[in-house]
Amino acid sequence: MMYLAAEDPQNPLLPVWPEVVIGLLAFGIVFFVFSKKLLPAINKALDERREAIEGGIEKAEAAQAEAQQTLEEYRAQLSEARHEAARLRQEAQEQGAALIAEMRAEGQRQREEIIAAGHTQIEADRKQAAQALRQDVGKLATDLAGKLVGESLEDTARQSRTIDRFLDDLEAKAETGAAR
Amino acid sequence: MSSDQLLAFETDCHLFKGCGFEAPSVWSFIFDPMFTVGGIDFNKPMLLAVLGTAIILTFFWMAFSNPKVVPGKLQMVAEAGYEFVRKGIAREVIGKKGEPFVPLLVSLFFFVWMMNLWALIPVAQFPVTSVIAYPAGLAIVVWATYMTVTFKTNGFVGGIRNLCVPSGLPKPIYVILTPIEFVSNIFVRPFTLAVRLFANMFAGHVLILIFTIATWYMLGTVLGTVYATASFAMTIVLTVFELFIQALQAYVFTVLTATYLSQALEEAH
Repeated sequence: MMYLAAEDPQNPLLPVWPEVVIGLLAFGIVFFVFSKKLLPAINKALDERREAIEGGIEKAEAAQAEAQQTLEEYRAQLSEARHEAARLRQEAQEQGAALIAEMRAEGQRQREEIIAAGHTQIEADRKQAAQALRQDVGKLATDLAGKLVGESLEDTARQSRTIDRFLDDLEAKAETGAAR
Repeated sequence: MSSDQLLAFETDCHLFKGCGFEAPSVWSFIFDPMFTVGGIDFNKPMLLAVLGTAIILTFFWMAFSNPKVVPGKLQMVAEAGYEFVRKGIAREVIGKKGEPFVPLLVSLFFFVWMMNLWALIPVAQFPVTSVIAYPAGLAIVVWATYMTVTFKTNGFVGGIRNLCVPSGLPKPIYVILTPIEFVSNIFVRPFTLAVRLFANMFAGHVLILIFTIATWYMLGTVLGTVYATASFAMTIVLTVFELFIQALQAYVFTVLTATYLSQALEEAH
């Protein structure tokens, strides 16, 4: 062995078997523990980490997509609402205009009606008044003529009394006519 | 340490004192057994190998045995190392088919690195991989895996073709190339894999030894102390350089393993 040959050292390129065995054993233990226990454990952790990261990314993407969708929905709703509002406003305007025009026409019609009714009334009143006046004037003329004929005209006092009486009659008649 | 070989530090031999420089030799890599367990004489490199294994396992056990989705500091560091081998070597060199070999590559990388690192860890200060037995053992493992994967993927004939007959070349070339490929893939590859690692660590250790011993050797006189200072500075520089080489050699060993496996996994055309 190496320490036996004192003058002639062991050739450094020739392996000594006990050392080879120890080296193989040492490496074998390292390899065994690494391949059976440590590397599977760390691989599991690394996979979990990758999954966690990828899962996080997926979650974030999903949330973003949802937010985008919500935003679009909201925008669509908003534009729809705007359209609706515009439509309502226009409709109201149209309705208002129609209403105003209708009312104006109605007012015009009513005014004309009223005016026409007034005219008719006036005409009727006038006719009635003319009729009544004619009758009254005729009757009065007849009365006056009768009185004039029935009474003597020599007495002025008497004459004037007759006229006064006639006029009083007239007034009384007019008063009763007005009261009626 | 054999009786006629003293460490430079154990002599009182200095420059200008009329005695020669005791350069480090192969003896610096040969250790007397320290104790015996079950018929195996444990020497320093063996002890360091076992201790190194314990350190790797402790570190990764603490980091990975109860892994969190949100990692702590230790887990983060260990994960960085693991992902470096998995993505930087297995995925990069072999591709998707490399996933089953990740445990092997990760073990190789950290085992070799740890065994190299012993060179700089105070008190130990000896790279376990500068003893050929350890790289040789690892090379045997790699070779066995390489062969198994080759024949499992391609069958016996396909495996032989995979090993000896690279595709897409003009026919006459195969006359020369087939034996070369055969020898190269089956014998030279495991050998160089082991020797590359061994020689790098061996040479690095010798370099550091030379300058360390020289620092001691040149002390004693004023002029000698000036030399010794320069030599000591060199030791520091080389130590930093070794730190780099250790990681690099671990990486190279793992990448080459991955390259062999990638070739083994290639379907015959």
